[in-house]
Amino acid sequence: MANQASAAAPGRKTVIHPLVVRITHWINVIAIAIMILSGWRIYDASPLFNFEFPPVITLGGWLAGALQWHFAAMWLLVLNGLFYVCYGFISGHFKSSFLPLTLQSIWRELKSALQGRISHELGVYNAVQRAAYIGVICMGVVLVLSGLSIWKPVQFQELAGVMGGYEGARIVHFVAMALVVFFIVVHLTLVVLVPKTFWPMVSGHAEVHRKDKPK
Amino acid sequence: MNMPAKPDRDLVRPSREIIKIERRLFLKQSLSLGALTLLSGCDITDADSVKKVLWGMSRWNDRVQAFLFNPNKLAPTFPESAITKPFPFNAYYSEAEVPHVDAASYKLKLGGRIKDRTPWTLEQLYALPQTSQITRHVCVEGWSAIGKWGGVMFKNFLERVGADLSAKYVGFVCADNYYTSIDMPTALHPQTLLTFKFADEILPAKYGFPMKLRIPTKLGFKNPKHIMAIFVTNTYPGGYWEDMGYNWFSGS
Repeated sequence: MANQASAAAPGRKTVIHPLVVRITHWINVIAIAIMILSGWRIYDASPLFNFEFPPVITLGGWLAGALQWHFAAMWLLVLNGLFYVCYGFISGHFKSSFLPLTLQSIWRELKSALQGRISHELGVYNAVQRAAYIGVICMGVVLVLSGLSIWKPVQFQELAGVMGGYEGARIVHFVAMALVVFFIVVHLTLVVLVPKTFWPMVSGHAEVHRKDKPK
Repeated sequence: MNMPAKPDRDLVRPSREIIKIERRLFLKQSLSLGALTLLSGCDITDADSVKKVLWGMSRWNDRVQAFLFNPNKLAPTFPESAITKPFPFNAYYSEAEVPHVDAASYKLKLGGRIKDRTPWTLEQLYALPQTSQITRHVCVEGWSAIGKWGGVMFKNFLERVGADLSAKYVGFVCADNYYTSIDMPTALHPQTLLTFKFADEILPAKYGFPMKLRIPTKLGFKNPKHIMAIFVTNTYPGGYWEDMGYNWFSGS
């Protein structure tokens, strides 16, 4: 966990991603990939906007197939997500990894990141990362709630009402998907730019060097 | 009650062979690039096991939806001003191929677990007490449209003909070779109407003359048009789209 990492001695191997975080992360990768790729196929059956996703990058082959994938993987996404969120609150993972967080710190870090000065300390998230992770978790919640509104606009009509009704929920669902895809693109780009962040998400361990700019 | 559960729907039903071929094609198509990317590295490369899991999950989702279905929860209704004009035509064929049912010779056939299986003429059906609703039709494709339908409460009709209301399914056979089936709780929902009218006029051919079962608690394809026969059964009857992989319950 983050505070363990910051307390670690220079060059010492330490756990920066707990086992639960790693397992739920990789299950989530599978679930999100299925949801997005099948979701694009479902979108194509009746596009909300003036474009379609190329069928070759979608999952399911046709609408019924895509719906089968979508409504099977939703269980994986929701159960895994619920487990992760409960764990995050109960274990203190959210608190130690994502807090404290202020608007000023986000702005400061964002400015320096855009100027090419990114602070890297494995296991410790900077303010922009913290905001991004909190944001994407919230988007996950919005995706599930808007998805439920689209799936059950009668049974969950109160929830759908919050989303602007059935048609409103479709737009909310799409926008939340687009934000998650944006997150994934940035997330993967950063992993490519800083490859040493990849392996710890598998093994959990990383060698923590104090030469990394301290917070 | 010991009534034959098997109705005469096989006459208009697409053959099992065709359905099997269609399923195979769907599976081949379903293993697109995305699927292969996801599945490489897993042991599940066999399309049949993937298919089994996905169809199994769809059956599981049927049960979840039956559990979520609240028989007293009403679909939202709308003012006349909210009606979508023109209301979209939708079927598995083009508008030019809409079946034309002869009103004079039409008789609604009843089958399965129903006491009085005497066929109904349109005149008799029109004489039943009618009501109307303005509700949202949600298509499985994602689009939706608001329309006004008028007809008899399906629950009242089923009671009148002595249908076994404890049976599991109500099935429909249509003039356009379409067929589908619904669960009994949905059939008895107060907003499930056997409709003869659209926008206060006799249902035009393109919207399902002589009658359409309007179910605002289900997706559009669960609302059969051009109904020729209705049967009550405990044997899962499937449906045109359902047998190809669309979720059977498809509740809203």
